[in-house]
Amino acid sequence: MNENNITSKINIDSKDKKDIKKNKNRNENKNKNKIENKNKNSQYMTNIAIGTVTGLVNGLFGSGGGTIAVPAMVLLLGLDDHKAHATAISIILPLTIVSAFLYIRNSYVDWNITWKITLGGIAGGYLGARLLSICPAHILRRIFAGFMIFAAIRMLWV
Amino acid sequence: MMMGLILFSIGFISGIIGGMGIGGGTILIPALIIFAKTEQHIAQSVNLIYFIPTAIIALVVHIKNKRIDFKTALPIIISGIVGALAGSSLAASFSSNLLRKMFAFFLLIMGIYEMFRKPGDEAADVDEST
Repeated sequence: MNENNITSKINIDSKDKKDIKKNKNRNENKNKNKIENKNKNSQYMTNIAIGTVTGLVNGLFGSGGGTIAVPAMVLLLGLDDHKAHATAISIILPLTIVSAFLYIRNSYVDWNITWKITLGGIAGGYLGARLLSICPAHILRRIFAGFMIFAAIRMLWV
Repeated sequence: MMMGLILFSIGFISGIIGGMGIGGGTILIPALIIFAKTEQHIAQSVNLIYFIPTAIIALVVHIKNKRIDFKTALPIIISGIVGALAGSSLAASFSSNLLRKMFAFFLLIMGIYEMFRKPGDEAADVDEST
């Protein structure tokens, strides 16, 4: 009888301890979830900011979406380069379709120029992808950076 | 005929550069304006439309190779569409001259960034066109 009482008391004690431990764990988990939710929320905000800026620039200048989205995803979201490149195309394609639709609706379109450029572009794009393995891109990049600066100054002054 | 050849060549060269991952749009638009005397809005519209078929082909390849992070892409696409609607409407409301000057300023910053970027820093490479 006495022994039973003692063991049941011990049982209750250990049960209390377990409960306390459980509560502690639960609280820790709650805090952890809070932090995770906070991180998740701030990541969503970052995503929304990247999207808004990319869409705005791509719509306003008809280009430059990739130039913003790729480094933003690498630097702010920690994606690796290859994934960022591929993901950027999946982002810029729908944005470009929306922008192109609005340009066409505002009758800013010249199909005669567009199809000739597109034909040349597809042929050139194929060749460029092939050339990539032969010719180092970083020298070409400097040359075309030079062209961009020259063109920019010309367009600003003329 | 001559103009057609010039246009094809501009597309071809921009295509090569875009295919090598150096960003075709920032080359195509100024080339159209300087060498073919295209109006600013039209040049931008050409680049937007021209990007679509190329991007579809690239996208199919990337999806097959499972290189696309859709979970990251989705919220960016949704907010991006809002940005694209605003940006395109803004472009349509500007005069050709003002838009050209703004584009030139953007191009200057991009050019300086490309020029002084550390070699081997491939983070900002852009796969296709825009």
